[in-house]
Amino acid sequence: MSLTVTWFLLLGAALFSIGVAGVLIRRNALVMFMSIELMLNAVTLTFVAVSKDLGLIEGQVAAVFVMVVAAAEVTIGLAIIVAVFRTRSSANVDELAEMKG
Amino acid sequence: MTDLLWLVVALPLLGAVINLLFGKRIGEPISGWLAFGFVAISWAIAVPATLSFVTGSGHTETIYLFSWIPAIGVDAAILWDPLSALMTMIVTGIGSLIHLYSIGYMRGDERYPRFFAFMNLFIASMMILVLAANYAVMFVGWELVGLSSYLLISFWFTKPSAAAAGKKAFIVNRIGDWGFIVALMIIFISFGTFDFHTVFASAPTAITVGTATAITLLLFVGAAGKSAQLPLHIWLPDAMEGPTPVSALIHAATMVTAGVFMIARSAVLFEMAPVAGAIVAVVGTATALLAALIAISQTDIKKVLAYSTISQLGYMVLGVGVGAYTAGIFHLTTHAFFKALLFLGAGSVIHAMADEQDMRKMGGLRKNMPITFITMGAAWLAISGIFPFSGFWSKDEILAATFAKGGGFILLWGVGLLVALLTAFYMTRLFVMTFLGKPRWSGDVQPHESPATMTIPLVVLGFFTVSVGLINTPVRLAFEHFLESSFEGVAHIEALTFGSFSILATVALVVAVVGIAWAWPKYNTDELPAEDGKFWQRSLLAFGVDEIYGRTIVAPGKKASEWAADSMDPKVIDGAAHGIGRGISGFGSVLGKMQTGQVRGYAGVLAVAGAILIIVFVVVGGGF
Amino acid sequence: MAETIVFIIFAAVALVGAIGMVTASNSVYSAMGLLTTMFSLAVMYLLLDAPFVAVVQVIIYAGAVMTLFLFVIMMIGVDKSDAYGAQLPIQRAMTAVVAAGFFAAVALAGRAVWVTGSSAFGRPNLYGSAEAVADEIFGTWTVVFLSIVMLLTIAAIGTIALAYFHLGSTEEEASR
Repeated sequence: MSLTVTWFLLLGAALFSIGVAGVLIRRNALVMFMSIELMLNAVTLTFVAVSKDLGLIEGQVAAVFVMVVAAAEVTIGLAIIVAVFRTRSSANVDELAEMKG
Repeated sequence: MTDLLWLVVALPLLGAVINLLFGKRIGEPISGWLAFGFVAISWAIAVPATLSFVTGSGHTETIYLFSWIPAIGVDAAILWDPLSALMTMIVTGIGSLIHLYSIGYMRGDERYPRFFAFMNLFIASMMILVLAANYAVMFVGWELVGLSSYLLISFWFTKPSAAAAGKKAFIVNRIGDWGFIVALMIIFISFGTFDFHTVFASAPTAITVGTATAITLLLFVGAAGKSAQLPLHIWLPDAMEGPTPVSALIHAATMVTAGVFMIARSAVLFEMAPVAGAIVAVVGTATALLAALIAISQTDIKKVLAYSTISQLGYMVLGVGVGAYTAGIFHLTTHAFFKALLFLGAGSVIHAMADEQDMRKMGGLRKNMPITFITMGAAWLAISGIFPFSGFWSKDEILAATFAKGGGFILLWGVGLLVALLTAFYMTRLFVMTFLGKPRWSGDVQPHESPATMTIPLVVLGFFTVSVGLINTPVRLAFEHFLESSFEGVAHIEALTFGSFSILATVALVVAVVGIAWAWPKYNTDELPAEDGKFWQRSLLAFGVDEIYGRTIVAPGKKASEWAADSMDPKVIDGAAHGIGRGISGFGSVLGKMQTGQVRGYAGVLAVAGAILIIVFVVVGGGF
Repeated sequence: MAETIVFIIFAAVALVGAIGMVTASNSVYSAMGLLTTMFSLAVMYLLLDAPFVAVVQVIIYAGAVMTLFLFVIMMIGVDKSDAYGAQLPIQRAMTAVVAAGFFAAVALAGRAVWVTGSSAFGRPNLYGSAEAVADEIFGTWTVVFLSIVMLLTIAAIGTIALAYFHLGSTEEEASR
């Protein structure tokens, strides 16, 4: 049984779905954020796998760019979480409902 | 030599910027001298490059500056050929003399540096227009000229009439610009480029006569706006509200020459469309005649000159209309000198008379202002077409070319002669009423000769007014030779024999002398003749053209705007705006209920929607 | 064959790590779970002949991002009130349905679009060395790269701004 791109794509899909579940199920902003990172990672894996399958290096370039953007996103996101925590003493997103219509 | 030509545009622009930013600090009169210096240096830079054409060593070249609109291949580039060289000489040369004159004339004005900034801007815009190597850049110059003329005509904007005159000039010019813009669009559609060289080279094969006629007629609408041809001439007399040097600059060196120049530049296109050429010639002649009839009765010295400019522009347009481009440009050149001189002289007189512009209150000024008197005299003879002054040669050449075309153009020639008669008449009237006869001014005015900065330009211009015509006599066609390469590919009008030319010239000369002889005794009297016939009254009111426009265009326009402001705006526009606002806020309050503030709720909706979308894509894409 | 075994092992590790991250009641354990998954993914990249991406994965994610996460967890304290067990059962079930549905949709899409039964990788000679990736980034994608640089700069400034100006603080405090 040889390794095909399908395996990697299925793994990516599974990780992504777990990430979705994490965002939906957790109230802790930090863990939700980690779940988002997991989803990004799953997408990156898909990129690299497809890049390998098609023989195009662009997939890997995209993967690198995704990582860099994710890093930028993490710094801002964590800064926001810290800032929220400082005023609310909580990282529970259910308590942050000021934008309720 | 031509490497430095971009400075001809850049220096006046720099001058304008400096005077705008630091003018107040630099102060009077240094800011004026600075402005004069920039224009004069521009002139000096252009002189050797122009002389190279005279000696024959120069050749037409396109100087690439930078890529302006790469998407459609428009470059900022200079087309340096005899035509643009000549225009450069006129604009910067006469322009710098007018700057010099303004240093004295504008003394004591509280916005003195601002004035020179605008003047420099005017010169720079005109240079962009003249030196452009394609229609796009020319259009930039064209619009900038319109802008700077607006700024200068309404320079004394606290005077309501000056502000209105500036507005009028701008709006009327916009009507002309409309024609120019549409022409540019057709040119771009037909040729795919604005570049003069490509357009003119490919014109005979690329477009039909019909297209050429459309383009040239639209271009002429633009030219009529700038060069004050019927029916767009109405802004020019009102432009007298600006300071007199501005009038001189607009009438002699810049602005009004732009239209004639543009037609000459597009000679190849006009050559393809004989119908358009004929229309141009007829409009030119009609303008010349109407303006001359109006000029006869005006009592304001500047108004006379303004209408005489329109009339002379009519001549130039007639010239380029019949295909005598060299003659038209030649008249433009000579006119630039003597009209600048006339305006500066008139300015000198007005200055001396303590801002009195009514000729009926002048008279006998020759003793008080000898230099102005003599130089104005030269200009008077030149514009009247007296041998051997410059106007004689250039006006004659246009009339001769019109005559040579034959057919219906003989009629235009006849009208041209009539205009020559009228020109001689009203210029004599102006000259005699101002300088001869008995003084009619009130006792407390002390007329005096103007300062040197004002008289030196007069003398220089006087010299050229007398002599510049001699560069293109039938015996020695130096001027025509000089411009030859600019009008390459344009059919030559077969030259008249020397004999028939002499006859035509003699006829014109006789007509001019008759005009002078008619007016001289009439006005060189102690009592001014009564000018109260029906003709005089109508003429004085410029035959009511303004009033007709007022009734047919301005008044309905005002009505429409009032209706728009009083009914349309509050009811329809505001109603629509309020209605949309209410609708959206209502919709928003409904939507707001959906905003629970629960992040995870949002995320859940997002995930479900994403999954649904994926399934939809797969189904639509035929995945099953 | 050896590759397949490696894949199966590390795929299992990655999934366990991911599930552990989502279900752990202590956010430090969550972070550890994510770290495990990320390391496994780095191995996956090696399997896919993308060593550069693998190295970047370890350095950026396992190194920088996870450190940042742990740092923030330490800063704001471990909050157990939101343990996984504190959820209502109905929420758990719904989430499981949504996630499973999502996975089904993605897998379905993959089956339809990508998995066309190719036995092995189409062009096995692709090798994502640092040099190859750099050639591409600085050749074809220079503008994108510069935009990302810009983005990072903005992110850095934003972070500083967020840290400096407290949420809900008054003007005087901010201008201090």
